[in-house]
Order: sequence, then C-alpha cells, then structure tokens
Amino acid sequence: MVIDTERCKGCHLCIAFCPKEILRAADHINRMGYTPAEVEEKKTNECTGCGICAMMCPDIAITVHRLNKPK
Amino acid sequence: MARLNSKEAETILYQRPESMEARPFHFCPGCGHGIVFRLVGEVIDELKIRERAICVASIGCSVNSYEYFKCDGLESAHGRAPAVATAIKRCHPDLVPFTYQGDGDLAAIGTAEIVHACARGENITTIFVNNAIYGMTGGQMAPTTLLDMYSTSTTAGRKSALAGYPIRVCEMLSTLEGTAYIARVTVNSPAAVRKAKQAIKLAFRTQLANLGMSLVEVLSPCPTNWRVEPVKAMDWLAEHMLPQYPLGEYKVIEAVAALKKEVGNA
Repeated sequence: MVIDTERCKGCHLCIAFCPKEILRAADHINRMGYTPAEVEEKKTNECTGCGICAMMCPDIAITVHRLNKPK
Repeated sequence: MARLNSKEAETILYQRPESMEARPFHFCPGCGHGIVFRLVGEVIDELKIRERAICVASIGCSVNSYEYFKCDGLESAHGRAPAVATAIKRCHPDLVPFTYQGDGDLAAIGTAEIVHACARGENITTIFVNNAIYGMTGGQMAPTTLLDMYSTSTTAGRKSALAGYPIRVCEMLSTLEGTAYIARVTVNSPAAVRKAKQAIKLAFRTQLANLGMSLVEVLSPCPTNWRVEPVKAMDWLAEHMLPQYPLGEYKVIEAVAALKKEVGNA
C-alpha cells in the first residue's frame, strides 16, 4: 500500500481499522499541518492487501497494490 | 513499501476511481463525505455511466461535489436539487442525473422538493448524507439533529418542546407510492461501507432500469461539529445515531427486488 502523505489529513481512521495494526501516526507534519499515517518499518511485510485502510480513507490518499507472484 | 517497477508485476486493488478528479477534498479530517463521494465514484465507474451521469450539487458541505466528479455537474439553489434533476431527466431521459444532498439541504429547506419528486415518482437518484447537523455553517441544529444533542443553536441540547423532533426521512418518503428504492446505510465500519456501496449501486441501477425514484440515506460522521475525534465519531454514530435512525431497506418495490436478485452483489 502507498499513502499519499500530502493528501492525508491525519484523521487516523486507517490506523484504527487496520486489522494487522501495521499503521501509525508519523512523527512529522505534512504541508497542510496534519500528522499523516505511515506504515511501521518493521511491519511492512505484514500487509495482506485487504484494502480496509483504503476503504475507510475519506481523502482517497491510499492506493493498495498486490505484487503478483511470478509463475 | 516494496514496489516493482514493472506494472505487470502488481495488481492495483484500491485506487482513486477513474471518474473522480485528482484534487483533494475540502472536507475536515475524518468527514464521512469523502467516503461517500468515493463510493459514488466507484459505482459510476463500475456501471460505466461516467459519460451520461450528471451530478446535481446542493448547498452545504456537499456544495462542491461537481468539482470532484469527472462527469458533468450543475449547482442548484438551496434544496432544489431534486427539481433540477427532474428537469434534466425529463429533457434527456437517456442521461443519469443524481443529486448529492446533505441533511440541511434535503430535510430542511428542500423538504418540499424531495417529497414531491418522490410523490411524482421521478426517475432520478438521490444520495442523502445525514450527519445530524449543519456542517458548513458552523454546527447549527438541523431537522435531523438528535434530541438532547449539542449544536451551536441548541447549546443545552435539542429539546422537543422548543425545537420539535428529528425527522426520519427514509420512513417518511417510503410511504409515497412513487418511490422505488429507499435505503438507509452508514459508513462507520468497513462492513458498513461495503453495504453502503451496494445500496448506492442498486439505487443507480434502479434509475437505469427506469423503475422510479431511488434514494439512499447515508449516516455519516461530522467530527468537527460533533466535537469528537474522527475515530471516536464512528463510535458516537453507532451509539447515538443508529438507535434513532435504524439501518435497512425501507422500500424495495418488486421490480427492484427482481433486479437485485438478478445482479446479486455484482
């Protein structure tokens, strides 16, 4: 998943609803003055691509990709 | 996260719908409007009606809706969106006008328009976002404000003796014979968002099949004017709004039920 941190308004709904709890609030602010959500570095591989973060994001700041396994 | 350069190596599961502009929303953080806009955009994409859809914007927080959809849009006078959509549909029956209205617009100043559009059975779709408060003007009492709920014009809570009772729009409109599909959904959890999308899609399908008036009421959080944090607003909605505004499909005429059965969840 990719978070457009400049679009994020820091409502943190994605953090609250992520079933794997891999998201957190960043320790910096973006251009609009909000603290965007980010993925914890240690947990980057735990994302299952369920897309719940993107579904709950009110600002369409999240894009979810799934890497295709080589056949 | 780790991304490969080759586009073929990854599948995009979620992204901005094609029928939505790239510009950021003007809403406050955590506002449910953003979710509802995205759902409408996704439905327009999936039904492939972007070329034919016309967004009729209303007054309130939803005032800029035509800025966000890549379809044609019209701004209507306060509360008059169903009348404008009626004119579009009658002049151009092949187009797909939909109104996007808030509770201050639809349930207060625009009550006459929506009631008569439903009574006439106009073949239009209305997305009605109910957040129980006037958002844009600063959190005043709306007709849908709950009893004892704080707003800037009912600072001691809404009292029925002075300010009457909240209007249940879906229940009221489902008594009218012209309506084909009326449902109330919410966006306070991922499962609820999925259901909301299905309801919005069925509402558009109702119009495409010329079955009559379709309306989807979406209960949506307004963290700024409820004075709670966005995440807590979702719980507040479940705790306070759902008892007053029960979810469900209030009217599904037989033809719509058949349509629903035919398409399933697709």
